[in-house]
Amino acid sequence: MDISLSLVLFDYLKLTEIMENEKNHIVPYHTFLLVLAGLIALTLISVAVTKIYLGTLTVFIALFIAAVKSTFVLRVFMHLKFENRMFTVMVIAVMLLIGVVIFITLLDYLFR
Amino acid sequence: MSLKTEIHRDDLASKTGMWLFLFTEMLLFGGLFVVYSVYRYRNAEAFHLAAHELSIVFGTANTIILLISSSTIAMSITAIQKKNKTLALLLLGITIFLGLIFLANKYVEWGHHIKEHIYPGSPVLALRGQGDVLFYGLYFFMTGLHALHIIIGLVFIGFIVVFIIRGNVTSDNFVLHENSGLYWHLVDLIWIFLFPLFYLIT
Repeated sequence: MDISLSLVLFDYLKLTEIMENEKNHIVPYHTFLLVLAGLIALTLISVAVTKIYLGTLTVFIALFIAAVKSTFVLRVFMHLKFENRMFTVMVIAVMLLIGVVIFITLLDYLFR
Repeated sequence: MSLKTEIHRDDLASKTGMWLFLFTEMLLFGGLFVVYSVYRYRNAEAFHLAAHELSIVFGTANTIILLISSSTIAMSITAIQKKNKTLALLLLGITIFLGLIFLANKYVEWGHHIKEHIYPGSPVLALRGQGDVLFYGLYFFMTGLHALHIIIGLVFIGFIVVFIIRGNVTSDNFVLHENSGLYWHLVDLIWIFLFPLFYLIT
């Protein structure tokens, strides 16, 4: 009983702390500029890779780079890194859902 | 009127609401990506050849323009948090400007295709076969829906500019500003996937 109460209290304290941080969290300008430079570099790499013939691997490399880029956008530009964990969990869940739907649909088309 | 009332505000809730809306947007485009992957699997050769006709230069330029505009709107939130109203407005202005350039580029691209009689329902395109019809159908629909989101995003950011000038959005009440940023980043996020899937499959 005591333990559970203290756990709840601990959780509550942690949550308020997160909310407090969130309110005061100011991302410095240079963080955004740095991430922007990285994103532009990844875009150029992605374009350069298509010039090399790699067969079916090309698609996976392009999608992998797109996934890395979107992680940067989500975590830094969209502040997920500094936000309540709940948002990250929900975003991952939605991405997984889309991934699973594409996977299952393709299973059907590849093996019918 | 000596009675002072405190207006209740729940920023976490409004941000959660925005995210929930963004999830429906992700699922909307997710559905289109499912369609894309099936059609591409069934018409690999046609998709491969049709993509050659899209301009990689335009596509890359537009990707970089959107990425820069994403960083400027993100920095404008930092500016408003630091009470730098002028810089916040300037950065939002740059974001709107870049969004308009993106649309202008899209206009030139679409104009070029339409001039060559490539558009949904075109008899010339129909002669080229099912794969090309599907590729361009998806291309026009997905980039068109994306462009519509750009327009909505620009209007949203336009409102934020007015709100900052009027003082409705301030350094301690900027959740609306953040939400407009989230919307704009989502538009960027979708383009990050549209770009390689349409332009880079050559």
